[in-house]
Amino acid sequence: MTQTSKIDIKGLNFYYQQKQVIKELNLELPKNRITAVFGPANSGITTLLRTLNRLSDLTVGARHEGEILLDGKNIFDPDVNVTELRRRVGMVFDVPTSLPMSIFDNVALGPRMGGMKSKSAVAEEVEKALRMSALWDDVKDRLDTPAARLSGGQQQRLCIARVLALEPEVILLDRPCSALDPISTAKIEESLMQLKEQYTIIIAPHTVQQAGRIADRVAFMLMGDLIEQGYTQEVFSFPKDNRTNDYLTGRFG
Amino acid sequence: MRINAKTSEKIAKCLIWTAALLVIAILFSIIAHILIKGIPMISWQFLTDIPRDMGRSGGISSSIVGTLIVTAVAVIVATPFGIGTAIYLTEYTRESRVTRIIRFSAESLAGIPSIVYGLFGFIFFVIYLKMGWSILSGGLTMAIMILPTIIRTSEEAIRTVPQLYREVGFSLGLTKWQTITRTVLPSALPGIVNGVILSIGRCVAETAAVILTAGSALRMPTSIFSPTRTMAVHFYILAREGISMDNAYGTAALLIILILLLNVGFNMLVNRFIAKGR
Repeated sequence: MTQTSKIDIKGLNFYYQQKQVIKELNLELPKNRITAVFGPANSGITTLLRTLNRLSDLTVGARHEGEILLDGKNIFDPDVNVTELRRRVGMVFDVPTSLPMSIFDNVALGPRMGGMKSKSAVAEEVEKALRMSALWDDVKDRLDTPAARLSGGQQQRLCIARVLALEPEVILLDRPCSALDPISTAKIEESLMQLKEQYTIIIAPHTVQQAGRIADRVAFMLMGDLIEQGYTQEVFSFPKDNRTNDYLTGRFG
Repeated sequence: MRINAKTSEKIAKCLIWTAALLVIAILFSIIAHILIKGIPMISWQFLTDIPRDMGRSGGISSSIVGTLIVTAVAVIVATPFGIGTAIYLTEYTRESRVTRIIRFSAESLAGIPSIVYGLFGFIFFVIYLKMGWSILSGGLTMAIMILPTIIRTSEEAIRTVPQLYREVGFSLGLTKWQTITRTVLPSALPGIVNGVILSIGRCVAETAAVILTAGSALRMPTSIFSPTRTMAVHFYILAREGISMDNAYGTAALLIILILLLNVGFNMLVNRFIAKGR
């Protein structure tokens, strides 16, 4: 691989109680690129994303084997500060989830809780994050109104802004457009293309087409196995594995 | 005999309407009766003067003050403990024998007659801790009495907060406590406040436990160590001993108005808070 990798997953096995959902996964996620991890439901993709910022810790009965190196440092090491890790590796969920507070407070929550005291610094951070997620022009005159009044697409961009306000290094997106209309989806994809200049983005796309539109690299997972990975063009045009080919051509999934 | 669907629909509708109307009618006639008899008694003097001649004349100002302070003590003491227990049960522990025991105790406590709390308060606070008949003894006894209600309503409210809110909190690098205070509790607030309002109602209306712990003094209380006679107790004594039915009705009317005001006030407060978020 020519680019440096931001995250390096080595021999990851993941279990919920007895059920293994990720099997012996090895995957490098390059810096400043969009990597799409795609596959049918129950392939372990959501679990993989949740493991990358250890949100999986919250699930009762979950356990793992293997390593995930973030800039060369294993995130499972006992000396890793989990809240710190989650600030570096932000996550956007499939359901746009604004918290029951104002637009401004939603975005300001992360920085404030992280210890940012100065009001002007928080305001600056919020504006920057909203501009980057292309929501600023929509909401700049009504930052004090409840976030729940925004449309679904706007709320999802708010969720992205909320993550950006943490100044993360990696952004995980779990089917961020599955609840959105095509126009909102296009807007978010456009934002993501801009954001990759500064961030490492890992997305579970909700369609294969979305992976094709935005991803630099793709990884195909099936039932917890990583079947194939590589540059988007190569994998989509000349899949090496029959199962990848079958999935891409819509023979299953 | 089989009744066809349309007829049974009509009968059901008829019965349900009757039930609802009957309940509303009874409720309104009680409130109306008390207000009609009581409101004429309420005057400036009634509100500001202390009871004179055992309550035959004068006002009930000392009782109003006593009621408000006993209730305030109870709510201020019980709310943090109640919400704390609810947070522990929902967020900090998994379903286990311990949580079941706590929940079972709370539910059992909720079913105990208030006079039993009164007896406990009398023995423990009044005599053993030597607090005497006082607002503090009464308030603390009321606090124990309303604790189960606050725990149960808060627990239910916290449980209905979507799991996703917690995940959003954690994913933004919030600690567990930050996640609870910033994302979970604000969403659960309306339910929690509902429990507190319910408890306020119980405190204001309580008689048996208050007589045993706060006494029935007519003087204006000077501190939380003073004995007092709450409005419900005053009403009870006036009516029971036939001292003055007119003043009893006046007190009852004021009690109803007070509870209504507290309800409306709290609801407005919560709605204003929610309006900021939704």
